[in-house]
Amino acid sequence: MSTDTLSSDKTAATSLPIIGRSATRIDGPLKVSGVARYSSDFHFPGMLYAVPVCARIASGTIQWIDTAAAAAMPGVQKIYTRENIGTFYRVPKSSKAQIDERRPPLEDDEVRYYGQYVAMVVADTFEQATAAADKVVATYAGTKAPDVRMKLSPDEKPETDTERGDPDKAFGKAAVTVDHVYTTPPETHNPIELHASVALWDGERFTLYETSQAIMNHRAVMAKMLGVPQENLRVITEYLGSGFGGKLWPWPHALLAAAAARELHRPIKLVVTRQMMFHNVGHRTNTQQRVRLGAGKDGKLVSLQQDFIQHSSRLDDTKEDCGEATGFLYSTPNLRVTSAFARRDIAPNTSMRGPGAVPGLYAVESAMDELAIALKMDPVELRLINEPEIDESKNIPFSSRHLKECLTTGAETFGWSKRNPAVGSMRDKGVILGWGMAACSWIASRADATASVMINADGSVRVASGTQDIGTGTYTMLAQMVSELIGVDMDKVKVVIGDSSLPAGPFSGGSMATASLIPAVAEASREAIEQLLKSASESDAAFAKIDADELAFTDGRVHRKNESADRGRRFEDVLAAARLGHVEGSGKAKGTMNDKHPKYSSHSYGAHFVEVSWEPAIAQLRVRRVVSVIDAGKIINPMTGRNQIEGAVTMGIGMALFEETSYDARNGMAINSNLADYVMVTHADAPDIDVVFLDYPDTKLNEMGARGIGEIGIAGLAAAVTAAVHHATGIRVRDLPVHVEDLLVSKVA
Amino acid sequence: MEPFTYSRASQTRDAIAAAASASTAQQGAEVRFVAGGTTLIDLMKLNVERPQQVVDINHLPLSEVETLADGRLKIGALVRNSDLAHHPVVQRDYAVLSEALLAGASAQLRNMASTGGNLLQRTRCNYFRDADMPCNKREPGSGCSAIKGANRNLAILGTSDHCIATNPSDMNVALAALEAVIVVQGTQGERQVPIDAFFLLPGTTPQHETVLQPGDLITHVLLPAPVKGARSHYLKLRDRASYEFALASAAVVFATDAGKISHVRIALGGVGTKPWRSSDAEKALQGHSPTPENFAAAAAVALRDAQPQSENAFKVDLAQRCLTQALATVANV
Repeated sequence: MSTDTLSSDKTAATSLPIIGRSATRIDGPLKVSGVARYSSDFHFPGMLYAVPVCARIASGTIQWIDTAAAAAMPGVQKIYTRENIGTFYRVPKSSKAQIDERRPPLEDDEVRYYGQYVAMVVADTFEQATAAADKVVATYAGTKAPDVRMKLSPDEKPETDTERGDPDKAFGKAAVTVDHVYTTPPETHNPIELHASVALWDGERFTLYETSQAIMNHRAVMAKMLGVPQENLRVITEYLGSGFGGKLWPWPHALLAAAAARELHRPIKLVVTRQMMFHNVGHRTNTQQRVRLGAGKDGKLVSLQQDFIQHSSRLDDTKEDCGEATGFLYSTPNLRVTSAFARRDIAPNTSMRGPGAVPGLYAVESAMDELAIALKMDPVELRLINEPEIDESKNIPFSSRHLKECLTTGAETFGWSKRNPAVGSMRDKGVILGWGMAACSWIASRADATASVMINADGSVRVASGTQDIGTGTYTMLAQMVSELIGVDMDKVKVVIGDSSLPAGPFSGGSMATASLIPAVAEASREAIEQLLKSASESDAAFAKIDADELAFTDGRVHRKNESADRGRRFEDVLAAARLGHVEGSGKAKGTMNDKHPKYSSHSYGAHFVEVSWEPAIAQLRVRRVVSVIDAGKIINPMTGRNQIEGAVTMGIGMALFEETSYDARNGMAINSNLADYVMVTHADAPDIDVVFLDYPDTKLNEMGARGIGEIGIAGLAAAVTAAVHHATGIRVRDLPVHVEDLLVSKVA
Repeated sequence: MEPFTYSRASQTRDAIAAAASASTAQQGAEVRFVAGGTTLIDLMKLNVERPQQVVDINHLPLSEVETLADGRLKIGALVRNSDLAHHPVVQRDYAVLSEALLAGASAQLRNMASTGGNLLQRTRCNYFRDADMPCNKREPGSGCSAIKGANRNLAILGTSDHCIATNPSDMNVALAALEAVIVVQGTQGERQVPIDAFFLLPGTTPQHETVLQPGDLITHVLLPAPVKGARSHYLKLRDRASYEFALASAAVVFATDAGKISHVRIALGGVGTKPWRSSDAEKALQGHSPTPENFAAAAAVALRDAQPQSENAFKVDLAQRCLTQALATVANV
């Protein structure tokens, strides 16, 4: 697949047999047999159940909370309100600890969004706590109809996020222009595992079983907010039933559970309900984006402008950075991205798979499709001719960028050359076909990471890091890495993660965990091997009088450098000879994500090609086929990697066609707060998906050249779907999701 | 959820006696029968249903499907949706029913849900399901939140100023087209109610959804003997491909004789406050040629009286397309 200019990338990489192998998940059997314990699966003697009481208004002041009836109910141990919950501290903005809802629960009497916690019942059973929580009556004053309007205008003057040239002037003089507003609705994360906390307090220390995508950050935040030293707080997430970003940073329920555990000296379990998931643990904000493109008649972009507005909560300002990929995606001398907030009486927003770039690319890539039509140019060709040489927003080279190959390979795999661009012109057995495509990009970066690797006398190897597997395959990927680096079979590798008492590992977000762990694990492995060689030199008669630097370690064997590995000794024999239980190496790698002046622009790229079918007789639209070509560096495990892309593509179809949280204008409640009414993709909607990995290692990012793959697959997908919808129906949907009511006016028959 | 007592009925008369003490068999009933529980338990958890007593009828002998001597099909009220859908006689003679059942819910729910229970499935109106919001069906006189709220999924036929809630069942639509008869055992003995008379329009009393009285137990559903030469079909349109309530659906039973339509029964789902039988559309087709133009004209008749709300005007068009297509499918034109 490589061409002459790309082959240097390939040869620079190590071509290791286990890295790049489609290994099945080492945790798979534990999950399908029910042995894997998720956070809410933990039970402890004497455990009590906590159920929060949620505000039924979105804006007002609590006058009083009547707990008398609830307190008298069977099994009720305690009811907490602002009066008796105790003190929670805040997280300083200057700290690295991340939280999207900064106001601690029950801090004051103001209600700022529907569902906000106003009290909490603790009882002997979940059922008793639930029943009593229903009987807690809050009385409010100054209740106002909330502002939950989806149409947005900036609260303050928009900020310029990136700018070059004079985009207004260039747009005004451009031969061909497009100028449209695109909107994306609020979306709610619906991982099948509910958020949960099981909190234990031993009089001095907390142990918290949490549903967290970032246990180290969770520890840092909880320690600050609970007012205890970090050493006295341990966070455990052995398995996560997915998070999609909603479980990145802590949410108020975790504090409530911990506070009750400390005060009552009993283990506390708190499981957030599905309905609460629509208010109390974040969502993807809605966005409204004006995109203006100007091009010459040759299709070369002369101006690109993206002005976006998002809603935010009354107190927080979590940015949905829709312009994340805009500055470097295409070559253009004139560009500006601006951003603005519009505050609403809606709960705080947070990251959702591909935050920023995913709604952002929906708008920019839709505009590119509209520009291609205005130019009467093929949309693939339009992207190809606007390929930049360097990252023009930062004037630095790309570490590894193969977007052009994604486009051409995708077009070839999909059969794009057979496309007739005329609307409604392609048919198959009575249905109309629509073909659309879009390019995509996502961050390739590393977070700080440390790891430990122990080579054990029993022939096993242990790798440990305070990170977590959110269902993406981190357990398996770590086992593959260590298997490769130490030279043992994967079943001899014990992977220990999900515990904040381990060496601090990366969060699982931004598609960074794999890339971040590689250098730390590699260094830890090297250090462990060095110690092994020293031990062999010092204590193993087989290597008497041979310096450690004359020894090598290959495929699990210590041997002389001038001899082959099979003449050496297995490491367990070396350790036995030295009377060592193990040698341990530690690795530490500083992240790149906060580099102010990076030398390279590192991103993943991809291209999606989508086929929809349109049956005008019954106004039925379905996605039939997707080809996604992904440039995400070296793929450690193509099987779990493909699974990530397929899942992301499927979620992208949901974004394009189904997902939308609706808030009632009267009380601010999410009207569709259940799995029947919040429409997501089902198996029956999932199309035939063909995933192609280009597999060019990005060795400037780490030594294995692997980037993350959790998010790239959803970026751009919705734009490819709406482009296909337009091709089939002639209807350009600029407000997601596409509804049947948008398409009923189609003239295509 | 409110505390309640639970008992298991081993004989039909015990179940009836237990329920007869309630003041109503409609919204607010103090006694509820539970079969599959797929609606009742859900609504109890939401505090929408607050029975003081739940009578488990799963052990009553009502799980048989039986062809009667006169050709009718007698379906026990406890026959599970999945069993009914896969019953060979149903698949052969009442395809519309099998298709409707399989278009509903998920496999897991269909394995639990019963025939009698599905007849009494409650609306999915979000405001009916939220005990904090006004709802005339749940709390008579409190007002309708849906008319000025989220009503995309709600009804356009048979509505009133008091309620626009949709009957959500797929099975009921097929039963309406099949002219099913509901067999009810009550304190006064057995009676048979044609399905169209079984369901009530909301009018000023949307809390009353059926003719059931305290103590009434649905024991069976009777289907008329299959019409000779008839074909039937259920078409359901929704946003996603599975596990979603209908935006619009159509059940049709259809036969021709010498090139003219000799028998046609039409019911619509997703658009009515009850399973929506359209006799006018049937009359428009009876004796006429089975052409796409005639089907479209009949569909227009079926939706003639539609009264859309702020978010669901599209259903008028969509339901017509649905019915036209369903008719075209059975007529094979």
